[in-house]
Amino acid sequence: MSTHEVAADHHTSTGLDNTKLAMWAFLGSECLFFGSLISTYLLYRNRVLSGPTPHEVYDIPYTSVSSFVLLMSSLTMVLALAAIQRGDHRGLRIWLLATAFLGMTFIGGQIYEFTTFVEEGLKLQTSTFGSSFFVLTGFHGAHVTVGILMLLMLVGMSMAGRLEPASEGARKVELIGLYWHFVDIVWIVIFMIVYLVPTSS
Amino acid sequence: MSDAQTSMEHVQDPHLADHPTPRRYVTIAIILSIVTALEVAVYYLEAVEDFLVPMLAIMAVVKFVLVAAYFMHLRFDSRIFRRLFVTGLLLAFGVFGIVMWIFFLVGNGPSPAIGG
Repeated sequence: MSTHEVAADHHTSTGLDNTKLAMWAFLGSECLFFGSLISTYLLYRNRVLSGPTPHEVYDIPYTSVSSFVLLMSSLTMVLALAAIQRGDHRGLRIWLLATAFLGMTFIGGQIYEFTTFVEEGLKLQTSTFGSSFFVLTGFHGAHVTVGILMLLMLVGMSMAGRLEPASEGARKVELIGLYWHFVDIVWIVIFMIVYLVPTSS
Repeated sequence: MSDAQTSMEHVQDPHLADHPTPRRYVTIAIILSIVTALEVAVYYLEAVEDFLVPMLAIMAVVKFVLVAAYFMHLRFDSRIFRRLFVTGLLLAFGVFGIVMWIFFLVGNGPSPAIGG
């Protein structure tokens, strides 16, 4: 990092990077967003007057593998950050592409799961369980998709030399990484509450 | 030369230099994998059926804290970031509590008309 960039941090009222501060504020607000969706799901998952119930459609082994894939994408993301901190742009691109690939695998799995549920009679309008399930997991999937696009954008920026110097690039990678890890921890909660906690039906 | 030393040579940002080494990241990922496997195993164990929800909750909290502390570097970064995130979490728990209170204590659960 250049002296000028270090100085830029210390010119802020907090002495911290404002973009990173903004990202954490955004993630804090996202907690509220997903907290509301999870609360709604918990309220309505047992209100099944038509269509299949949660335990009739969930495939725990399948979702467990998806969860594992998303967890491992957090590892590849931090390895990408570690790579650029060493000034290793090739390593950065490899780990970013690995993260994007794992994210796409997760999204592919979610699309397959949604398709299976629809074939089994669970649609968005079937019951409040269906509505709250598709809205919660769908919004999470949308977040993962946005994350994948940002990862691919970082790869493009690295190839174009726009992540130089490495310290400035590390800053950008860390910001996108924070978003990616947040999406991962939201899934940790969703996997536990939506899939593993038994319903009363 | 250790990974941490290599990192410090290339990035002089004091916050980034404090981050864990790749080896530590892999160790955390292995722990996360083991806890996930335990979660799924516990789900199928009838012997712990009565304690299933608390056990799952504890394991999810462990995973959540590990990812936030090490992968998101909350353990190493400024406390301001931690406070921002924890504030969001507390507000989310607040919303959850209020919604549950309205539906189950004040009312009588979501009505069938609303509940589909």
